[in-house]
Amino acid sequence: MKILVCISKTPETTSKIKFSEDATELMEDGLQYILNPYDEWYALVRAVELKEEFEGSVTVINVGPASNDTVIRKALAIGADDAVRINVEPASAMSVANHISDYATGKDYDLILLGKESIDYNGSVMGAMLSEFLNLPFIAHASGLTKGGDAWEIERGITGGTERVRVNGTVVVSAAKGMAEQRIPNMRGIMMAKRKPLEVIEAENKASSLETVGYAYPAEKTAVKMIDPNNMEELVRLLQEEAKVI
Amino acid sequence: MILVYAESNEGALGKSAFEVVTFGHKVAQLLGKQCIALVLGNAADAGILGSYGAQRVMQLSDASLDTFDGRVHAQVIHEVAEQLGADVVIMPHGPKGHATAGRVAVRLNAGCLTGINAIPTLEGEHLVAEKDVFSGKAIHRVAVTGEKKVLTIMGNTVKPERSGTAVDVESVGVTPIASTLEVIDRQKQTSDRAPLPEAELVVSAGRGMKGPENWGIIEELADALGATTACSRPVADTGWRPHHEHVGQTGVAIRPNLYIAAGISGAIQHLAGVSASKCIVVINKDPEAPFFKAADYGVCADLFEVVPKLTAALQNRS
Ligand SMILES: Cc1cc2nc3c(=O)[nH]c(=O)nc-3n(C[C@H](O)[C@H](O)[C@H](O)COP(=O)(O)OP(=O)(O)OC[C@H]3O[C@@H](n4cnc5c(N)ncnc54)[C@H](O)[C@@H]3O)c2cc1C
Ligand SMILES: Nc1ncnc2c1ncn2[C@@H]1O[C@H](COP(=O)(O)O)[C@@H](O)[C@H]1O
Repeated sequence: MKILVCISKTPETTSKIKFSEDATELMEDGLQYILNPYDEWYALVRAVELKEEFEGSVTVINVGPASNDTVIRKALAIGADDAVRINVEPASAMSVANHISDYATGKDYDLILLGKESIDYNGSVMGAMLSEFLNLPFIAHASGLTKGGDAWEIERGITGGTERVRVNGTVVVSAAKGMAEQRIPNMRGIMMAKRKPLEVIEAENKASSLETVGYAYPAEKTAVKMIDPNNMEELVRLLQEEAKVI
Repeated sequence: MILVYAESNEGALGKSAFEVVTFGHKVAQLLGKQCIALVLGNAADAGILGSYGAQRVMQLSDASLDTFDGRVHAQVIHEVAEQLGADVVIMPHGPKGHATAGRVAVRLNAGCLTGINAIPTLEGEHLVAEKDVFSGKAIHRVAVTGEKKVLTIMGNTVKPERSGTAVDVESVGVTPIASTLEVIDRQKQTSDRAPLPEAELVVSAGRGMKGPENWGIIEELADALGATTACSRPVADTGWRPHHEHVGQTGVAIRPNLYIAAGISGAIQHLAGVSASKCIVVINKDPEAPFFKAADYGVCADLFEVVPKLTAALQNRS
């Protein structure tokens, strides 16, 4: 079984986010990056489990600069066999999808996994784009993924519940919570990761139809109003008359 | 022309359908264009979308569309968009939108911005939209410069507004491609509460509850309000509550009118999914709990005493 897993990096969630003076760029200094949790905990771990069950290989792919190699090595330590980095600063989800589709075309993957969303920009959009470029079926928000014969059986989130679907052949799947349990890389994995192949492919940026106008900080919350625990009638009154939410 | 994909689920238009049409109508006004709603699959009275601002409502009630396949929906949306000459395609930011918007954008070679949470503005000739990024720590303002645009809209971004009258439903002259997916089982959430992403009132609880056997007081509070229940991540991870209740950065992101959090400390990853709520009430016995900084109203006390009192006060409200 040949599996491709798309991985991305995201600022560590507790990092302080700062912008350039004209508020158009994220300041990189002092930012710690991690593997995007959906890619790491769910997509990658499930890929490694499937490889353990059916044999085959897991390749991780990232579109990004050389500084991403640290998170790519982490993915190798968790159990991917090899890695590919398309060496270009991604301009948009569309350009990421375009690059990954260029790479994956003709390589006969049985499964392409990615995360439900990146937790920095929360796009939730790359998978559908990649599937369209590759003309493959796509299942979003999958919380379960198993193989029976030629068919994949996938549990996916839908509005107000879940659904199990069956699909034959190669499929693109975005992983959500429930698909696997987080794995902590062990010492042996970390040592082996250093020797696993990481191929770097040079590429030109693809045109993007999105331009950052600027970043802003959300308005400061007004100070919390503390309510006497013995006077919940007062809280109800405030919710009705002041906040007007009930 | 603005084409709005109005979601129908199990034969009925959902709340998101009325929201996106209202949103589409406002974008259409901004750009001086027409707003057309598109419904795929069964939905009895799709013409009602006319009263939310759609000048025309088109529907393809082909039964094959009821099994959701983003590839098929995207093909139909794309062909309708081409036939009608759509400049902007608008969809809800939910499971269906996530499987469809990107495909439509590729097919139309459009600029695609997802998760928008305010009405866009025009700056010069550019449509500028904004969304929350970095776990709610910043707002990203983006110009969508492509000639064609695909946008997805967060739930609760606009309140559905009636601005016209119902219209006759027109049928769509597109033959959907065959789906390669087969649905073998469907599990509905076993509660009559609104689905979390659509809920306007949410009651949530965390590890401060001590154990799943104590959730009765949370259910009762939710009943008194007509609210949906939610929980923090460790609560879902240890199986005290179902996974679909988990809110936060790695769970569902919500923006209800009211979010009541009992026994939740307010970690940054939790706040990431709830801080866009209009009004936040925090019940915690620790005065130093970080959640109080993000709250509008706070009650510093033992939740096991306060929650039943709040329920009683709500039941007795005028
Ligand atoms: C990458 C990453 C992603 C994450 N994603 C999420 C996410 O999506 N959602 C999420 O929720 N978390 C997430 N977390 C976990 C998060 O960091 C916190 O650990 C978690 O939110 C804590 O849950 P809690 O508030 O229920 O529990 P605790 O932090 O243990 O807090 C319990 C609170 O209850 C209060 N309490 C206890 N007893 C009582 C009582 N009798 N009366 C009143 N108050 C009481 C305590 O004072 C305390 O504040 C994530 C973490 C990481 C690293
Ligand atoms: N630069 C990238 N390189 C490889 N995969 C990516 C990249 N950006 C996003 N992805 C994948 O696409 C998923 C969804 O990202 P997004 O649509 O940006 O929210 C992520 O969880 C990753 O699996």
